[in-house]
Amino acid sequence: MTEIYSGRTAGKKPDLSVNIGKLRMKNPVTTASGTFGFGPEYAPYLDLNRLGAIVVKGTTLQPRPGNPTPRLVETPAGILNSIGLQNPGVDCLIGEYLPYLAQYDLPVIVNISGDTVEDYAELAGKLERAAGVAALEVNISCPNVKKGGMQFGSDPYMAAEVTRAVRGNTDKPVIVKLSPNVTSIVGVAVEVAAAGADALSMINTLLGMAIDIRRRRPLLGNIMGGLSGPAVRPVAVRAVWQVYREVDLPIIGMGGIVTAEDALEFILAGATAVAVGTANFINPRAALEVLEGIEQYLTEHQIGEIGELVGAAHRT
Amino acid sequence: MSLLTDAKVVKQIKLAPHYYRLILAAPATTRAAGPGQFLHVRCGETLEPLLRRPLSIHAVNRERGELAHLYRVAGRGTALLAKKKRGDTINILGPLGRGYTMPSAPERFAVVAGGIGIAPLYFLLQETGARGQSALVFWGASTKEQFFSPAEPFWNADGTGGKYPSIVQEICAQGHQIILATDDGSAGFHGTVTDLFERYLNNPSGREEILSRYREAATTSGLIKTDGEAGAVCSCSPGAMLNFNQNPESETFARVYGCGPGVMLKELCRIIGTHKIPGEISLEERMGCGVGACLSCACKTRDEEKDGFRYSRVCLEGPVFPAGEVLWD
Repeated sequence: MTEIYSGRTAGKKPDLSVNIGKLRMKNPVTTASGTFGFGPEYAPYLDLNRLGAIVVKGTTLQPRPGNPTPRLVETPAGILNSIGLQNPGVDCLIGEYLPYLAQYDLPVIVNISGDTVEDYAELAGKLERAAGVAALEVNISCPNVKKGGMQFGSDPYMAAEVTRAVRGNTDKPVIVKLSPNVTSIVGVAVEVAAAGADALSMINTLLGMAIDIRRRRPLLGNIMGGLSGPAVRPVAVRAVWQVYREVDLPIIGMGGIVTAEDALEFILAGATAVAVGTANFINPRAALEVLEGIEQYLTEHQIGEIGELVGAAHRT
Repeated sequence: MSLLTDAKVVKQIKLAPHYYRLILAAPATTRAAGPGQFLHVRCGETLEPLLRRPLSIHAVNRERGELAHLYRVAGRGTALLAKKKRGDTINILGPLGRGYTMPSAPERFAVVAGGIGIAPLYFLLQETGARGQSALVFWGASTKEQFFSPAEPFWNADGTGGKYPSIVQEICAQGHQIILATDDGSAGFHGTVTDLFERYLNNPSGREEILSRYREAATTSGLIKTDGEAGAVCSCSPGAMLNFNQNPESETFARVYGCGPGVMLKELCRIIGTHKIPGEISLEERMGCGVGACLSCACKTRDEEKDGFRYSRVCLEGPVFPAGEVLWD
């Protein structure tokens, strides 16, 4: 064994950089949309420059007030949320948050959401012209809004149409975020890839609900919500595994990642990058700790490049 | 400035069934803390339960670099917290949120607390008391036991509220006056604290009587011990502490601070709205991140520009809001 690794200098830092389409990230760790705000919320607790990228809160053309409360329920090893895409609108993002984020050496991935195909196209066009946008993440999978959102994500042809509309209005990398609330996530991924997506991110939350047995009514104001956290991780790892086998696009894997070990599962299943979501709420430094753990794993196992691990579980 | 840090448990005092006072050593967090702010507390070590729990900062001892939470065991998170012992480590995030605006001296102000809602207001009373400002405190609970008579001292040193037989007397020792209400009539006014407060405001000529009746109640119920009684180690005379405003009839409050259950706060906002007294209330809501990112802890606040309301974050724009801003369903 010593012979095999002799070419690698002991103590040399492994290469963590990855490419998501044209987007180059210095390391594979980013944040899941909706769990990290626009960045300033977490800046007191970690150096944003160290992240591979940031995915900001889901943005729509117009500001949205969000769903009625309660919006959050804690479930076994997870949470159900129904925020309803509350956001200040794309103009505020461009006017306030993108300039704020420009101070960091940090690619900004903007998550976009709309009611109609035209909304997505218009958002893509606006953000194409805005400074400081590294890539778009197309949210076709939010379970918490009445129109759009998941209805685009659960129909492969609608998903493809949205993808084409965004593709047609931007040269930036287009990452399409897939919903697990479908019969075949591979089927949606295949269509989205054919429509011009550069990458896939998966998974969005699982549609769920919880009931207050004392008051005998749903706990969430919006009745149903999206399940996230460690409880969904095996579902997400499975989805990444399946899609990696059938679609030749880079995948940003997410769903219940709390530790580096969790993130490595996704990478071994086929994810090129990973996003930390719900774990940010428990530990504001979670994304950095995941990154440090991945680096340590590579060093310990004398792996020179993170790319060697991507999909490795398929090859053994 | 907010910090993510491990705090050591200095002491956990059981005040009553399900109610605890938790003292944590966290010097930098303590220095940064202001009344009305909260900490987001990791109650366990595992992923079940998953989320942190927001707990208001109840008191600080800046000399010792310690702060306290006063909390009720309400679910899995707080049940785990109640098991923590001296020397254990607890991960805390904070201080977070917008706290109370301190009254400007020499304003006379009122504090209206419902049950465990006394927790953050106690810190406000501690800070204002130290500055020589005095409040009239209205505290209501369902029954007398919920006014808490700690069996152990709060802080061993000369820290405020260290050696008194009850939280009621601790508050008096800080230079404030307090009158009580209970739902069951076991101490003080028989009824809700907002009802007591409204009667006080509405009826200037009856204030003297309200005060004299309930100052008796605090002593006869054993919550305040006078000089001669065993256990009372007050540096000041409890008689003096009970010396209410000599001219209550002409008394006006420049400001009112409130914390308690939603129904009580709604009622409080109505009352102070009627009397046109500025006020601040502290809200409680289930929280995700605690830092303004997840938008889970939303509450409706007034916004004339939008549809009359917008959703504000209790963790960031709150937990303290101007009373007139909160919209109630």
